[in-house]
Amino acid sequence: MTRNDDRDPAADDPHADLESAVGDDRDEALETDGGAVSTPFEVVSEYEETRRDRYRKLYDAYVYAPVAIVWRDWRARIGFTIVVLYVLMGTVGTLIVEPTGVTEGPALVAPFETLEYPLGTDALGRDLFAQTVHSTSTILKMVASGAVFTVGIGTTVGAIAGYKGGMTDTVLSSITDVFINIPGFPLVMVLGLMFSDVILGNPYAVGLLLSIAAWGGLARAIRSQMLTLRRESFVEASQAMGIPTRTIVFKEIVPHLMPFVVINLTNSGRKVIFEAVALYYLGILPFENLNWGNILQLAYEGNAHARPDALHWFLVPMFAIVFISVGLTLLGQSLDRVFNPRVRARHEKTSADTAGADDDEPSTTDTMGGI
Amino acid sequence: MLTIDWRIRRLGQAVFTVWAVLTLSFALIRLMPGNIMGAMITRMAQQGINPVRARELVELRMTIDPDKPIHIAYVNYLANTLQGDLGESVTYAKPVTKVLAEAMPWTLFVLSWAVFISFFIGIAVGALMAYWEGGKLDVGLTSYAVLMGSIPFYVLAILLLIFLSYRLGWFPSGGRQPTGVDPGFNLPYISGIVAHASLPVLSMLVASGVASLGMRGNSIRVLGEDYLRVARLRGLSDITISTQYVARNAVLPMYTTLLISIGEMFGGSVVLEHVFQYHGLGWYMLSATHQRDYPLMMGGFMVITLALVTALLLADLTYGYVDPRARRAQ
Repeated sequence: MTRNDDRDPAADDPHADLESAVGDDRDEALETDGGAVSTPFEVVSEYEETRRDRYRKLYDAYVYAPVAIVWRDWRARIGFTIVVLYVLMGTVGTLIVEPTGVTEGPALVAPFETLEYPLGTDALGRDLFAQTVHSTSTILKMVASGAVFTVGIGTTVGAIAGYKGGMTDTVLSSITDVFINIPGFPLVMVLGLMFSDVILGNPYAVGLLLSIAAWGGLARAIRSQMLTLRRESFVEASQAMGIPTRTIVFKEIVPHLMPFVVINLTNSGRKVIFEAVALYYLGILPFENLNWGNILQLAYEGNAHARPDALHWFLVPMFAIVFISVGLTLLGQSLDRVFNPRVRARHEKTSADTAGADDDEPSTTDTMGGI
Repeated sequence: MLTIDWRIRRLGQAVFTVWAVLTLSFALIRLMPGNIMGAMITRMAQQGINPVRARELVELRMTIDPDKPIHIAYVNYLANTLQGDLGESVTYAKPVTKVLAEAMPWTLFVLSWAVFISFFIGIAVGALMAYWEGGKLDVGLTSYAVLMGSIPFYVLAILLLIFLSYRLGWFPSGGRQPTGVDPGFNLPYISGIVAHASLPVLSMLVASGVASLGMRGNSIRVLGEDYLRVARLRGLSDITISTQYVARNAVLPMYTTLLISIGEMFGGSVVLEHVFQYHGLGWYMLSATHQRDYPLMMGGFMVITLALVTALLLADLTYGYVDPRARRAQ
């Protein structure tokens, strides 16, 4: 089985396995007397699949192949690199870069002048580079919890509503519609104020808070996809075999929706950043550790917009926000292109393109003008 | 065909949403940890108002009576709210409805311009991208759309404020009307209002990025249709084809997006009006939040909810008239 060990593109091709299996079989046939097998019905598996083989196959199908496909798209490469950069900054970066404090350096050092303060300092002499790096881990925690909760609630509610139908559907859909109709940002503002003591110093709670107003659109979209999937023959077969509903929905149908779910993860991640930064910028949420939103707020309150020498105080957090958002957008679009067969087919003819806007219905999660 | 039944159901859903939001806000105020009413009474007592009087004042302002059993307080609250009594603002000592009604036209003024300008730019850019699909212009404009979609509008707003207002001095840096000019229908006042609104309106250009991608997708789908080939074979002029056939069919699906975005922008107006110190609905809601002026804060939330619910209801109910194809689908 040496053929599979070097990772050539043929590795995930089933024919390659078959070929090598046949090859092995022929070798063995030469060594044994060949009399063990009398009828084809007594044939058991001719070569043992070790646990390692099985894991490698799973790896090929679920990790290597998608990553390889994604990597062929330049947008995915850039988006993926940007996101990885931020993750490194939020994890390794916080260990390397020391947290900064008031009057660590002179006030309002311009960026790119000294190595000590590469991005300059704010009006209180805090290093902006250190502030940005340490903000990243807070923001990433919010993004992680916000995206997971949004997609988790949205998928669960949408999948159950679409599969069950009837009364369950009516109740769940009504709840979903209420959440779609409530203006998200003002709701989060009010809730953030009321639960401010829970949120203090807990970025995961902020993510959860932001997901409250964000899961509705996804739930509706998942529900409509579920309506078509639940009539598929493999679902009916499972029902006939008496497999419990929960298993059918979450083990058999939801995996078919995974591409859609993954794309929504990047979208809701971006939304979490926008809203969280806005909430901190407005000074609504209490905070322990600085994040990009607080830096913006401090800059605004320090009148940095009116002072030419303080421009970088705004630009540094802004750049951090826009850069990760570009990364998530590109990643989302390329994932859409990879997963969406219709888009893929069309793109075999035309090369340069954006796929994000190719859905049949305008998606509720991606309207213009929202935060 | 569109049935009456469907429309009534949709209307009922909107009413249900409004009721749910009212109930939620009641629950938040009444059942919240920390007891907001108690805090208000204590604060007034500290200002030297005697506790009995303070309690009366708070009840008047909140329209929720803390002493009554919860179901009676709830019914009273619903009745008051439905009659348009949202309580009295603590900071302005005026009925909440009065404060909000005064702020509303300013927000509507900015938002209507923002929606229309960003929407038309989005449509134009999207149509151009679709027409030259795959070409250099398409790639360039796609980058524009991606970048615009990745910038939060408040970031663009602050940048515009820094450069166009403080650096170049082209626009006023904040406020909603010119100072030292008589309000009324005179040229200095109206041009002053327009100047004050122009930066908030420009900030919404980011929305055009998302709209243009939507338009691009629609147009490309239309461009592949058979009836366009038929139209060409019939010898129709390019102008007729592009306006009557492509543009019409591609713009129609954008209608829902337009109405939804109006509702969403109401939510975003909180941030936008903070950046430009533009005293509209969002500004009052934020200032109420900072002042712990709960009646005004909840009132703002309800007005924004009402605006969004109405916009979405209108979008759903009228879409069948705008796009006859949708009527069959429903």
